[in-house]
Amino acid sequence: MVNTETERDTMILNVGPQHPSTHGVLRVVLELDGEIVVNSNTVIGYLHTGMEKTIESERYVQAITIVDRMDYLSCFFNEIGYILAVEKLLGIEVPERVKFMRIILCELQRIASHLVWLGTHALELGAMSVMLYTFRERELILELFEMCSGYRMNSGYMRVGGFYLDFPDGFIDRLKNFINVFPSKINEYETLLTKNIIWKERTVGLGVLSAEDAINFGVSGPLLRASGVKWDIRTAHPYSGYELFEFDVPVGTHGDVYDRYLVRMEEMRQSLRIISQAVKNLPSGPVNVVDRPDIILPPKRNAELGMEEMIHHFKIVSAGFPVPEGETYVAVESARGELGFYLVSDGGNKPYRLKVRTPSFANLQALPLMLKGIMISDVIAVIASIDIVLGDVDR
Amino acid sequence: MNNLTEKLKEKCSDAVLEVKTCRNETTVLVNPGDIVNVCRFLHDDEDLAYDYISGISGVDYLGKEPRFAVVYHVYSMKNKNRLTLKVLVPENHSVPSVSSVWRGANWFEREVFDMYGIKFSGHPAMKRILMPDDWTGYPLRKDYPLKGFIPAKWTKQDRPW
Amino acid sequence: MGEKEFLISNRIILTSLTKITNWARRSSIWPMTFGLACCAIEMMATSASHHDIARFGSEVFRGSPRQSDLMIVAGRVSRKMAPVLRQLYDQMAEPKWVIAMGACASCGGVFKNYAVVQGVDEIVPVDVYVPGCPPRPELLLQGVMKLQQKIDREKLRI
Repeated sequence: MVNTETERDTMILNVGPQHPSTHGVLRVVLELDGEIVVNSNTVIGYLHTGMEKTIESERYVQAITIVDRMDYLSCFFNEIGYILAVEKLLGIEVPERVKFMRIILCELQRIASHLVWLGTHALELGAMSVMLYTFRERELILELFEMCSGYRMNSGYMRVGGFYLDFPDGFIDRLKNFINVFPSKINEYETLLTKNIIWKERTVGLGVLSAEDAINFGVSGPLLRASGVKWDIRTAHPYSGYELFEFDVPVGTHGDVYDRYLVRMEEMRQSLRIISQAVKNLPSGPVNVVDRPDIILPPKRNAELGMEEMIHHFKIVSAGFPVPEGETYVAVESARGELGFYLVSDGGNKPYRLKVRTPSFANLQALPLMLKGIMISDVIAVIASIDIVLGDVDR
Repeated sequence: MNNLTEKLKEKCSDAVLEVKTCRNETTVLVNPGDIVNVCRFLHDDEDLAYDYISGISGVDYLGKEPRFAVVYHVYSMKNKNRLTLKVLVPENHSVPSVSSVWRGANWFEREVFDMYGIKFSGHPAMKRILMPDDWTGYPLRKDYPLKGFIPAKWTKQDRPW
Repeated sequence: MGEKEFLISNRIILTSLTKITNWARRSSIWPMTFGLACCAIEMMATSASHHDIARFGSEVFRGSPRQSDLMIVAGRVSRKMAPVLRQLYDQMAEPKWVIAMGACASCGGVFKNYAVVQGVDEIVPVDVYVPGCPPRPELLLQGVMKLQQKIDREKLRI
């Protein structure tokens, strides 16, 4: 092919869908002039799982299992977004304790997700040891998740109207231990990278995205904030009690790969701040809405002994619960940006339509803009800095 | 919100069919042909400034007429304000593309086309995005079976062992 | 000098060719980085510091199918991805093995729908199925160990 601007011969290079450094099954077709990227085209859909269709045939509680697997690095955000949408249609207000518990889990998840991003991002730029460090701390968080839900990833812990169970004994002690340990670990990562001259050479001034372009493309999350737009759904439209917490929203100035790195590092610190506030002020009380027996399962012990409760239990499990007719759009701030759930209910016990607005999908659209004019060796760095999860893109 | 309703009624009275607010969410039902004008106005107006698109979804109301709805969720960074636009589309009709207003609408519209078969006229690349290019049928339509029309079978030729 | 003393003094071991080949093959199974979905993250965790797959000789994840012996299908395979997977399998050099990691790769898992291949054994022959959604790293390690046992029983083909 011929480059129309310089009239020089160009070459087409296909990257993916199986590639060590594309965070899954992304395919990028690059048009190269020498080593410079002239044009690029993103091809997605290699992990399309048909989740939105599957959810239409599952009951509201069963759908939690499916949304978990959408963005597998941050399952609690998917759960909370979906559940807030259902609760909004049902008109439920959950107890304070539930809100705090949800925030603790979400912020832990944000740290875990950013740790995977940091590890893989550094790995792709040749700094292998960072990944070994970050996965070490990620195990601590996964152990906490396993302790409360029985599952390391894709927990399915939250329920409509609250939780299945309360935090187990010893959970808070272990969480406090994590809060004490983790700040020194973030410093450890920063010593490895922040002032590292090789790291800066490969990230500063690369893949710049201006604020106007970012907003026009529907980009959100750390990517948008690195471009200098201070927009975080947790502060702009607080949900689940985020208005009670004190935290900063880190913002970048240049919108390059290095700024995105700095923003995410600071976000981990702020998440830790939120968690420690939540642990300190964690209210006691029930972990479910009390006045909605049509949604909440009776205690297991009662269901085993009493006939009434048994029938009640059976009915909720087998038939589910109806959700009033209507439609709503609920957005939460996931580790990657605005995660929105557009839920349409026809009054039955299954969602009529659930459209998920995933952050990676919108963020990935801006990729050709960021790739234009950079060297081919930097393409991987830019893709890594978007922090896409292909399950989130393709659903 | 009243400001919005007034402005919309004043500027595009023909285009807006209905404005309703439910659960603090405002939904504006727009005439399909005028969607680009309405979006352009909402995007460019300095007070409203709906400069960010959250998403575009399709809904299939099988059995009702018109059958499909396309739902636009837009957001104003300045006013921190969400708005839902909705157009109703009969089968085999196309909707004008808003990708000239928000470039981010490009992939969302392609996804709606891929899943529902609703075409967007004036779109730069109206082709499938998630499914393979040679796929038949539109998976999210209500009359499309969950497991697909053709159960996937690998012929003997594909399985040499 | 007797036969035994000769062998010992010259550091010579006698074994069958099958045994020594299988020993070499099973001790250095190089997997291919073929992460698809959730399971890929657990696969990464398996290779990272806490679980350390290097103890079983499989830490060298290769990007190219030409250099790898083992394809760990980690995650759901969509219809769009299936031909790519088959092509990658065909590009791998013999001897080659496949682990279907997780419920989706084994049987489609929770996704019984139009988009997902119901079990990767529709496309490639699978040696070990690892259950779980996603499986814990320990379970993947056990899968690798099972594969090692299987390799040990293989007959050398000439």
